[in-house]
Amino acid sequence: MKIAVIKYNAGNVQSVLYALERLGVDAVLTDDPEEIHAADKVIFPGQGEASSAMTYLKARQLDQVIKDIRQPFLGVCLGLQLLCEHSEENDTECLGIFPVKVKRFIPENSQEFKVPHIGWNELENLADNVLLKDLPDPKFLYYVHSYYAELSEATIATTHYIHDFTAILHRDNYWAIQAHPEKSSTVGEKLLSNFLSI
Amino acid sequence: MLTKRIIPCLDIKDGRTVKGVNFVQLRDAGDPVELAKIYSDEGADELVFLDITATVDKRKTLAELVTKVAKAINIPFTVGGGISTVEDVKVLLAAGADKISINSAAVKNPGVIDEMAREFGSQCVVVAIDTRNVDGIDFVHTHGGRKATLLRTQAWAQEVADRGAGEILLTSMNHDGTKAGFANELTAEISSALSIPVIASGGAGNMPHFKDVFTFGKADAALAASIFHFKEIGIPELKEYLIGEGISIRK
Repeated sequence: MKIAVIKYNAGNVQSVLYALERLGVDAVLTDDPEEIHAADKVIFPGQGEASSAMTYLKARQLDQVIKDIRQPFLGVCLGLQLLCEHSEENDTECLGIFPVKVKRFIPENSQEFKVPHIGWNELENLADNVLLKDLPDPKFLYYVHSYYAELSEATIATTHYIHDFTAILHRDNYWAIQAHPEKSSTVGEKLLSNFLSI
Repeated sequence: MLTKRIIPCLDIKDGRTVKGVNFVQLRDAGDPVELAKIYSDEGADELVFLDITATVDKRKTLAELVTKVAKAINIPFTVGGGISTVEDVKVLLAAGADKISINSAAVKNPGVIDEMAREFGSQCVVVAIDTRNVDGIDFVHTHGGRKATLLRTQAWAQEVADRGAGEILLTSMNHDGTKAGFANELTAEISSALSIPVIASGGAGNMPHFKDVFTFGKADAALAASIFHFKEIGIPELKEYLIGEGISIRK
């Protein structure tokens, strides 16, 4: 099985590669459209800022490559947000795979709720989905983000911080996770291995 | 619900853990990777590696260690100690660190916080603040707490947050090593004033100290070293205790 991890101007890609290595799969970090299309599965990780990431993807026509993918595709963290329609982060038009808007956390009480949302938080309202199969309990994942995807029909799991937000999305061949499965211990590992088995 | 984090800290010198550790299951007591793996398996929420290597030419050893740790564990970890430039950070993040922490370098040149946050994002920039209360006033100290500055701790914490730090690691030199509890008052004051998470450090001696720092201290995370290394408190029992006390904790 060949896994392509999309290379672009976002951080935290290395830990995704290491996590795949721990699962015993071969992954290649690439921005070459042919190599991405030839892979069995594609992962779109990343941490960073939405508008500069979109500018970078468009300049290399990677936006079209991502829209044309027919293989199982997994967005992680910023990857999830970029797959949505629009992000409030610098008013950015995103890829629009999911008809979902990305908003900034606005705490009513900044002493109780800090932004970014950093740390371990729980998955809730899990739908019956291949990605969520047999996750160990309790289902904690590691989050680091200031923006969140609104709840939508594509939402297959939620997490609560200030209010419920979209933890995981699914539509057709696209899945996306807001947390960092590569840093989320056994629950994260199971999510990644479920994706690899799709 | 977002949980409070328990963070063991490992001191590293020339790629090895320095403080004696009391883990029977360790084959090599100085191997940071093995120790990191044990903590991660025991339920630590994050790890901090503090490099106390004195010489710059050993920096390469640290990057190699970071890669080994990143390959071995599946929880986030922060690397600190001697980091002063954007280039230092680039090397460690590329090696696989999730966050870096800066301390003396930020005091010397505060603009470096803005630079690092802009280049890599706030989420990976932790500013460590060593503080000591002198005659009722909290002053920032540098160089492992040995050197006093005229910076007031509260004002400096606000400044680093404004410059783009993602988290603050607050160590009270008055409490560090005493095992008499964390600096709850100061931690609460800073945590309440800022919109970024505060990791409390220094003074952990028993399990109620952790409860106190999460409740009275309003800390988002608590860091400790020797009580974990010497098995005075096990992470699983600490987490059970805190859950029993009604604190939100990841099991």
